[in-house]
Amino acid sequence: MVNTKVTLSGITLDNPIIPASGTFGYGYEFAELYDINCLGTFSFKGTTKDPRFGNPTPRIAECSSGMINAVGLQNPGVEKVISEELPKLKACFSKPVMANVSGFAIEDYAYTCQMLDSQEQIGWFEVNISCPNVHGGGMSFGTSAEAAAEVTKAVKKVTTKPVYMKLSPNVTNIVDIAKACEDAGADGISMINTLMGMRIDLKTKKPVIANKSGGFSGPAIKPVALSMVYKVYEAVKIPIIGMGGIATAEDVIEMMLAGATAVEIGAANLVDPFVCKDIIEKLPEVMAEYKINSLEEIIGGAH
Amino acid sequence: MIQEIYTIAENTALTSSVYKMVLKGNGKAVTASGQFVNIKLDGLFLRRPISVCDYSDDSITIVYKVVGVGTKQMSQMSVGQKLDVLVGLGNGYDSSVSGDKVVLIGGGVGVPPLYNMAKRLIAEGKKVTVVLGFNTKDEIFLEDDFKALGADVLVTTVDGSYGIKGFVTNALESLDYTYFYTCGPEPMLKAVYNATKTSGQFSFEERMGCGFGACMGCSCKTKYGNKRICKDGPVLTKEEIIW
Repeated sequence: MVNTKVTLSGITLDNPIIPASGTFGYGYEFAELYDINCLGTFSFKGTTKDPRFGNPTPRIAECSSGMINAVGLQNPGVEKVISEELPKLKACFSKPVMANVSGFAIEDYAYTCQMLDSQEQIGWFEVNISCPNVHGGGMSFGTSAEAAAEVTKAVKKVTTKPVYMKLSPNVTNIVDIAKACEDAGADGISMINTLMGMRIDLKTKKPVIANKSGGFSGPAIKPVALSMVYKVYEAVKIPIIGMGGIATAEDVIEMMLAGATAVEIGAANLVDPFVCKDIIEKLPEVMAEYKINSLEEIIGGAH
Repeated sequence: MIQEIYTIAENTALTSSVYKMVLKGNGKAVTASGQFVNIKLDGLFLRRPISVCDYSDDSITIVYKVVGVGTKQMSQMSVGQKLDVLVGLGNGYDSSVSGDKVVLIGGGVGVPPLYNMAKRLIAEGKKVTVVLGFNTKDEIFLEDDFKALGADVLVTTVDGSYGIKGFVTNALESLDYTYFYTCGPEPMLKAVYNATKTSGQFSFEERMGCGFGACMGCSCKTKYGNKRICKDGPVLTKEEIIW
C-alpha cells in the first residue's frame, strides 16, 4: 500500500490534493458532484473585509493551454462568509479547511484573519498578497519583500493558526519575498499565483477582458511554477504548497519533486469538475509506476 | 450536472454559419428548456457553452453559430465522433408562470433555446406565438420547425428581405400576450425589455470560465443581488434585471 499522506504545519492531510482558491467556491457546489471529503483539504474563495462584486465582465479569456481571469476577488465579505458560507461548507466538508484571505491595506488582512481565526473548521490561513486583478492592494503587497513581511507579521500577531503566504510570480526575485515572509514568521509559502496576461480580440481590436489584463493560469504556466518552487525550496525551511498548471497525478509528483509538500489545483477544476477526485484515485497507481512508496519521501527529491 | 461522453449523430449546416448537432447519450440530465451544455474540444482549454435546442431521454440537440475556433472545430466534426460534455447547466426557463398566451422572442443564434420551450408550452395547452429576428433572409433557420410544433411564427428581417421589415420589437407591437420568453443579443434584449408590457424571462450570454458556478467569471448585478449567469442564470426575470 502506498502512502499519500503529507503534513502541513502539524495537520496531516490524507493526500496532497488541494483545490485552489477561486476555483472551488466554498466547497458546496462541488459537493453536489462528489464527496469532497476525499480531498486533502481545499482553499476557499478569497475573502476580504468588505463584500466585493469584483471587476466588470468579460472576466475570462482563453489562451493556449490555459486561461486568463480577472474576477477581482468577488466575495460576500468576511461577516457573511462566517454567517452564511461556513455553515454550508461545514455541512459538506468535515476536514480542516484553508482560509484564503485578501486585503487592500495591512489592517484589512489582520481584521479578516482575526475574524476567521476563531472559526473551528479553519486549519490554515492562505494569505493572498498576489492577486493581479485588484488595484491598490492585492499584488502590491507581494511585490516588495518589506510589504510582504509586514502583512505576515500583522496576520501572525492576530492568529493562532498556521499562516501560508501566497506569492506572486510577477516579481524580480520570488526567493527574496519568500525569505522575507519566513523571517517575518510565516508558517509556509503557497506559490505561484497567476502570471499577468492579456488577450486581444482581433474583431474589436481591444483586450478581451474588461480589466484589460488578468491572471494567466493553466498547464502553460507549469514550468514557471516548477522553476520557482524549486528555487524557493532551496532558500526556505518552511513548507511550500506548489501550484501552477497542475492537472494530472504525474504533475502532482513533479511539483512535489521540485519541493512542494502539497499542491493546489486551480484552472483544471474549471474545465474538469471531477479532476481532483480523479487525481486522488489515480495517485497510487502513478506512484507505483514510478516506484514511490510514500509521497512525503519525494518532497524536494529533484534537488 | 453530469459529465459524460456523447456521440455525434448529426452535424448539418442550417445556414452558411449555423449548424445543428444531435448528440446521442443521456438526455435526462437536461431538466429544463433554456439550459445549456459545456463541450470540451481537442486542443482548446476552456469548454464551449452552447444552449440546448431540444432534448429527449437519449439525445440532446444543439444549434450553434460558428463564431470562433471552437465552434469552427465543432462544425468540422463528423457523425460518430465523441464529445466530453457537461450537461444540465443553468436554471432554464420556468413555464409555470406564463399564463395562456405566450410569445417567444428570439434573435439570431438566440433562437435555438426557445424551440424546446415552445414545445413545452404547446404541450401545456398554451397558445404560442414565436417572433424570430434575423438580419436577412439567408440567415433564417428553425422557422419551419416552430411551425411544425403548431406555433404562430412571425419572422422579421432588418433588411426586409423576408417577413416583417425591422426588428423583433416591430412584430411585438400588434401582439396580445400574457407573458414572454426571450433570448438574443443584448441590444435586442434591452429593446424587448422596453417594448414589452408584461413580465417575462430573458436568457443571457456571457464569457464563462467553468459554466457551473465555480469561478465567478460571468457574474452580474441584479435587483436581488449578484448572480452567476452560468448557475443562477442564464435566465433572469424582467423584475430582477437592472436596466
